[in-house]
Amino acid sequence: MSILVDKNTRLVVQGMTGSVGQFHTDQMIAYGTNVVAGCTPGKGGQSLMGVPVFDTMREVVRETGANASCIFVPPPFAADAILEAVDAEIPLVVCITEGIPVMDMIKVRRVLDSQETTRLIGPNCPGVITPDQCKIGIMPGHVHMPGRIGVVSRSGTLTYEAVGQLTALGIGQSTAVGIGGDPINGTDFVDVLKLFNDDPDTDGVILIGEIGGNAEEQAAAWIKESFNKPVAGFIAGRTAPPGKRMGHAGAIISGGKGTADAKIAALEDAGVKVAPTPSDMGITLKSLL
Amino acid sequence: MNIHEYQAKELYRQHGIPVPKGIACMSVEEATQAAEKLIKETGNQVVVVKAQIHAGGRGKAGGVKVVKGADAATKAAREILGKKLVTHQTGPDGKVVQRLLVEQGLPIKNELYLALVVDRDSRRIAIMASTEGGMDIEEVAAKTPEKIRTVTIDPAVGLQGYQIRQLAFGLGLTAQEQKHFSKLLDRLARLFEQEDCSIAEINPLILTEDEQVIALDAKVNFDSNAEFRHRELWSSLRDLSEEAPTETEAKEADLSFIQLDGNIGCLVNGAGLAMATMDTIKHYGGEPANFLDVGGGASQEAVTKAFRIILQSEAVEGIFVNIFGGIMRCDTIAKGVVAATRELGLKVPLVVRLEGTKVEEGRKILDESGLAITSAATMAEGAQKIVELAKG
Repeated sequence: MSILVDKNTRLVVQGMTGSVGQFHTDQMIAYGTNVVAGCTPGKGGQSLMGVPVFDTMREVVRETGANASCIFVPPPFAADAILEAVDAEIPLVVCITEGIPVMDMIKVRRVLDSQETTRLIGPNCPGVITPDQCKIGIMPGHVHMPGRIGVVSRSGTLTYEAVGQLTALGIGQSTAVGIGGDPINGTDFVDVLKLFNDDPDTDGVILIGEIGGNAEEQAAAWIKESFNKPVAGFIAGRTAPPGKRMGHAGAIISGGKGTADAKIAALEDAGVKVAPTPSDMGITLKSLL
Repeated sequence: MNIHEYQAKELYRQHGIPVPKGIACMSVEEATQAAEKLIKETGNQVVVVKAQIHAGGRGKAGGVKVVKGADAATKAAREILGKKLVTHQTGPDGKVVQRLLVEQGLPIKNELYLALVVDRDSRRIAIMASTEGGMDIEEVAAKTPEKIRTVTIDPAVGLQGYQIRQLAFGLGLTAQEQKHFSKLLDRLARLFEQEDCSIAEINPLILTEDEQVIALDAKVNFDSNAEFRHRELWSSLRDLSEEAPTETEAKEADLSFIQLDGNIGCLVNGAGLAMATMDTIKHYGGEPANFLDVGGGASQEAVTKAFRIILQSEAVEGIFVNIFGGIMRCDTIAKGVVAATRELGLKVPLVVRLEGTKVEEGRKILDESGLAITSAATMAEGAQKIVELAKG
């Protein structure tokens, strides 16, 4: 088993006809993901890489039975694309787009909170992958290996780093989830940890956080209270100066809050073993098994 | 994106939020004229000369002077303009004052605090109000959190009257003040949303003897992700002299770059990995010279540009390239590194760690280049090597 995605996932790609969407759709298909549709307003009726394109998401669902969406729509239109997927009652929406205005995400989040059908992963994330079954997003498929460790992260390339280390140690992954680097997103650490906790085929988790906000502190509190599997952690940005936004919109230390040290302390207090350097994420997890 | 106080106040004025009469000035002469004009218009000799820099804490650093008469204003302007202000927000190097705001003096009865921010916890816009105006609000929050009242705006229905009343009663306002406060806050909430702010702060918000409510100070930050909606206005408000030139140059090349104090330049793909690389360098006893994320789809040219930006700092004694190629191909990065090294004539040690897609091809390109590039198999190994090499 796994969480969120598997062999039964039927994917629609919103923004598939753009250059980025096209490239990654090709990569996802090559990995074995079942891409059943594309959605680009005005391009309905066309077909690309053997995948039919539709004008609206309602049509996609009616015609193809898609149950997951991957969004490559540019920032000005991305919130609208997410809301269209919610309207079409797609259960899982993964938004890769980076640079969505926070005001748009406040509205999207309000809509998400008022319903129970759709879960959003991201935005500004690498996506979700269950090795050898389904890849939704932009991660390099070949570094993954099927297995029993879950990975959840706010950072894209650091997820690859953790997965690469696990694979090199011969430890496979159940599912790897990038929740994204924006201050307001669809799914947080606790949501994903709950899924891993309930997944009989996940034995342990690597959690990768970074400076800014308090998602890691919330995760630590929940782990302490309810999580019953071993967790290895890492927090990026120990050396980041306050007040500077470190690439991700969400990665900023402001008003003395969101520091790496506070997050590491909270995780350690919850029994999480925090890797001293990012090169030790895999080995730290291994030491817990 | 940050703007000056006088620009924020102009925006407030356009949205109907009361601010003091004021004139932005670039020279002492302009400041004199502004003071004379304000004194004539208001009949009040008291004017305030305020330094305009993108940082708080100006008052304590001597950047704000309340004076009487145009001559005193001239003297104050002469003192402040061109002066280097060092506050808790500028860093040790401080910021040179290039613009002034000359404002009318107002009879202050009471100072309040009012701010709107994007609140990650509630995932909404939060409004904070406090009777402790004019103070460092972070200190108030730490010592007497009960003195800050907060409400959040439901995006489905917007700010409601009862929420404004909750805050107004909490601030102990008179009926007349409540009326003004209510109008002001309603307009500020609209401004915040329409202009895509991430912070709109008024500290202090003052009550005058005649029960007016006025924004004596104004701070506005914009959410840079929303730039596409405000391109014209924002580019007119941007003060490039307040931003580090290298950071501006990097932004134009779609690179995310932040100058730091150390001696080891970093070139990394991905923000999280870039931070982690800095942490690793520090872990092995080095100091990162910068944060640099080349992004997911960097071209050969972008890599060259990144090298050029890193090397602009004379403090750089070594460069560490750390790439985990997902979609980013290692051979593209390797070609970029080789081209940059040839073009710029690298005089400092260079360590490259490549992993991921097309890694073998990438390593081969580096090996066959004949250049003095040290390769590393892991991030830790690379960090250790560059720290050693940079020591010379």
